[in-house]
Amino acid sequence: MRIELQKRPGQSALFSILSPFIALGLTLVAGVILFAALGKNPFDALYSFFIEPLTEVWSLHELAVKAAPLILIAVGLSICYRSNNWNIGAEGQFIIGAMAGSILPVVFHDWQSPLVLPLMLVFGMVGGALYAAIPAFLKARLNTNEILTSLMLVYVAQLFLDWVVRGPWRNPEGFNFPETRSFHEYAVLPEMIASGKTHWGFGFALLAALLLWFVMRRTLKGFEIAVLGQSARAGRFAGFSDKGMVFFAFMVSGALAGLAGISEVSGAIEQLRPVISPGYGFTAIIVAFLGRLNPLGIVAAGLILALTYLGGEAAQISIGITDKVSRLFQGLLLFFVLGCDTLIHYRITLVQTGLATRQGGTA
Amino acid sequence: MDMTQAIILTVMTAATPLLLAALGELVVERSGVLNLGVEGMMIMGAVAAFAVAQLTGSAMAGAVGGMLAGLLFSLLFGVLTLTLVANQVATGLALTILGLGLSGMMGEAFIGLPGLKLEAVAIPLMSDIPFFGRILFNQDPIFYVSILAVIGVHWFLFKTRAGLKLRAIGDNHGSAHALGIKVIRTRYLAVMFGGACAGLAGAHLSIVYTPQWVENMTAGRGWIALALVVFASWRPGRVLAGAYLFGAVSIGQLHAQAFGMGIPSQFLSALPYLATIAVLVIISLNRRMTLINTPASLGKSFVPER
Repeated sequence: MRIELQKRPGQSALFSILSPFIALGLTLVAGVILFAALGKNPFDALYSFFIEPLTEVWSLHELAVKAAPLILIAVGLSICYRSNNWNIGAEGQFIIGAMAGSILPVVFHDWQSPLVLPLMLVFGMVGGALYAAIPAFLKARLNTNEILTSLMLVYVAQLFLDWVVRGPWRNPEGFNFPETRSFHEYAVLPEMIASGKTHWGFGFALLAALLLWFVMRRTLKGFEIAVLGQSARAGRFAGFSDKGMVFFAFMVSGALAGLAGISEVSGAIEQLRPVISPGYGFTAIIVAFLGRLNPLGIVAAGLILALTYLGGEAAQISIGITDKVSRLFQGLLLFFVLGCDTLIHYRITLVQTGLATRQGGTA
Repeated sequence: MDMTQAIILTVMTAATPLLLAALGELVVERSGVLNLGVEGMMIMGAVAAFAVAQLTGSAMAGAVGGMLAGLLFSLLFGVLTLTLVANQVATGLALTILGLGLSGMMGEAFIGLPGLKLEAVAIPLMSDIPFFGRILFNQDPIFYVSILAVIGVHWFLFKTRAGLKLRAIGDNHGSAHALGIKVIRTRYLAVMFGGACAGLAGAHLSIVYTPQWVENMTAGRGWIALALVVFASWRPGRVLAGAYLFGAVSIGQLHAQAFGMGIPSQFLSALPYLATIAVLVIISLNRRMTLINTPASLGKSFVPER
């Protein structure tokens, strides 16, 4: 017996919709096995991991706060991945965006005006976009592999942030703690809903998802992204610029990651610290694939992955397992998503090993 | 032992994990498969090696454990990309994310524990050679394995029939299949070899380089190994040169940090990553060279037609 794949004539519409759900189901099954292996009651564990965070208003707000950066980044990444540009450095673009946006409240903290916040957001987007332009430039002009360069720049950004908060931007009144001064009132991103701490970053995320959904579905640019992603050659014949697309995809996703960075810093943390992200830029890659690279799907996927962060914290408190379980769930989920996507393009059949292998054996 | 010897020794210790991981990935890529999960396989090797060494009290058993962990972990990648033809780039990323998460969880109990160190083994007579004996023939066993692996991989790829077949698959899997070469089986074996190498490289980190467990202790070395393969234009000898160059850069920046010199330590720590980018750019400037050397089927899925 062995597994054999048969190419479907077209994409299976049924599995296009079902596959993310099958993947989620398989992740839950893996969760049951995992918790049982750790000697916990798996259903109690799953309850406190995936349900409990949804039962209280404050934790729903927490969910939105965590989902905001994930959705913003993943929506941008979907453009990259659809156009075959492998930007895996969103974590770095997030950090540089946060730093660029923080220049005003940290360095020019005496300038307090309603203009500060909008400028911070713009700076954040510009910072992220410019940082993403580096791998884009190297790919488009010098043909350098963008996967490795964008990833290397994450480490550089992390070290740069570390230096800034311990060195030049350290709070002079902060007893030598490695953090900047707290943002003044004009630099804090306000809350969106009166009942809790969901800030406008979540609004930006929903807006970005709707906007890019429209761009991809209804505009020529969206068609260009799809064509160049399928075949750069075909795109060139249609008169599209594949190099232009490299810059477009990287800089849009960099700008969104930068916006996510400055929103997180000004909406949730309200200062810069050596570490400002629990790996949002990498988790967003999972969000993008779980959402099947569709901006609206990404909104749902972002909420689910945000839940794994909250669930990890909740499970640590209520049943005493390490919150690193969430990283494990995230990795497993991506595996199952990728595996289940095979069902969309192929029919999987089990065949008896008979004639076919015997012929192969003599070759 | 004088200062020069000491510095050369630390460079070699820093280079060994890079060399092993890159060498494994080189074979994988020569067969036409791009496994971006080196970082994940390496960290699994590191945590497994530390754990096995703790449980058995033998660092050698730890090294073997790390190797096996990397191999098993690479099979996940194999099943997804070779059997289920999932996207190789995305699956490689998934392997890295999963590896970092799983190792963090497994290693939680080991944080702060003193580790076992794999001791150096002196080769009789050879280690008595003045100057070089101390450096080349009084090393940990993984170092010897890494050097033998360079020779072995070169011999396998360019001097054996099986190596020729593997390269043929990497250059054109369709034609290779038509000639009756087992594409999927060969690729599975290559991926497993890559996993074992990455696992052993990780083991080197947790039982030789710094005998302890620290979360995320690979710190991007898996990615640097991937860059080394490109830098070496898929040739084992050049991987050796590249790995030692990077070993020198990372040790050089450590010494520079120790001497201070007024440069912030973060800037020096960023050097290996910036050097990686620089090296990739320099290599890609020569576009024709890159085109000739890159395995033509690299990263493309293969489904046998019936």
